[in-house]
Amino acid sequence: MKSAVVQLPGLNRDRDMIAALTKISGKAPVTVWQTETDIPDVDLIVIPGGFSYGDYLRCGAIAARMPVMQAIKAKAEKGVKVLGVCNGFQILVEAGLLPGALMRNASLKFVCREIKLEVVNADTDFTRAYSKGQIIRSPVAHHDGNYFADAETLKTIEGNGQVVFRYAEGTNPNGSMNDIAGVMNAEGNVLGMMPHPENLIEAAHGGSDGRGLFASALEVIAA
Amino acid sequence: MIKARVTVTLKNGVLDPQGKAIEGALGALGFDGIGQVRQGKVFDLQIESTDKAKAEEDLKAMCEKLLANTVIENYSISFA
Repeated sequence: MKSAVVQLPGLNRDRDMIAALTKISGKAPVTVWQTETDIPDVDLIVIPGGFSYGDYLRCGAIAARMPVMQAIKAKAEKGVKVLGVCNGFQILVEAGLLPGALMRNASLKFVCREIKLEVVNADTDFTRAYSKGQIIRSPVAHHDGNYFADAETLKTIEGNGQVVFRYAEGTNPNGSMNDIAGVMNAEGNVLGMMPHPENLIEAAHGGSDGRGLFASALEVIAA
Repeated sequence: MIKARVTVTLKNGVLDPQGKAIEGALGALGFDGIGQVRQGKVFDLQIESTDKAKAEEDLKAMCEKLLANTVIENYSISFA
């Protein structure tokens, strides 16, 4: 399975993402710069975390209008898997590839700590290595992760199994509606999540709970 | 030259943690009787044109495409 990592000015988790994808798939991902309009043939495109364009206007708003996003949209429509983590998630909702919006944390504070995630839907291309209801550890680091969707959208995504991850009881760090931590599109090939699974993939990280997500998306047997 | 102002505000029902914090701070300063504070954004634009109708149309497109996130925000356009 081949993967690509998108790079934009202000993203700072791209190296972590490249390391995780390389270690788990055994192959380094190709990197794609924001101005590129042509993305090589890959099975998974990842938009990593950070602070693209300094979070100006709204988090992810400017990045979502860069040329590379048109190319990602076209690939997503063809069924290529797209994963957005943290700022990547914000970019995907701003680009309209995922429903809802991500607002300032209810506490108004930047949160940087470990939380617990419930795998709500284990029947997806991103979560097959987990089981439904499984609680996994994951770091979070963000200022704007407060998931919002109008009542109708919320009902739709809950009903369709598009809510993939929830903050486990008592660990919601940002005030997200329904404790939503990760959402996918109706087709199931685009996933966005605030937590950083790429930062918990090996013993040196103090755990490997995040590994299953990449193992699933890259179709490698989970270690 | 056309001078325009775009005002972007949160839709009703969308929680505004920043507005809430400002509301609390105003209360702490002794300003009583504040029912609610909602924070928004203002953009002042200068457009090199004299065609107001065209400018308004363009401004609407700018709001829809970038200046506002219509999932959570409303926008209004006014001219100086």
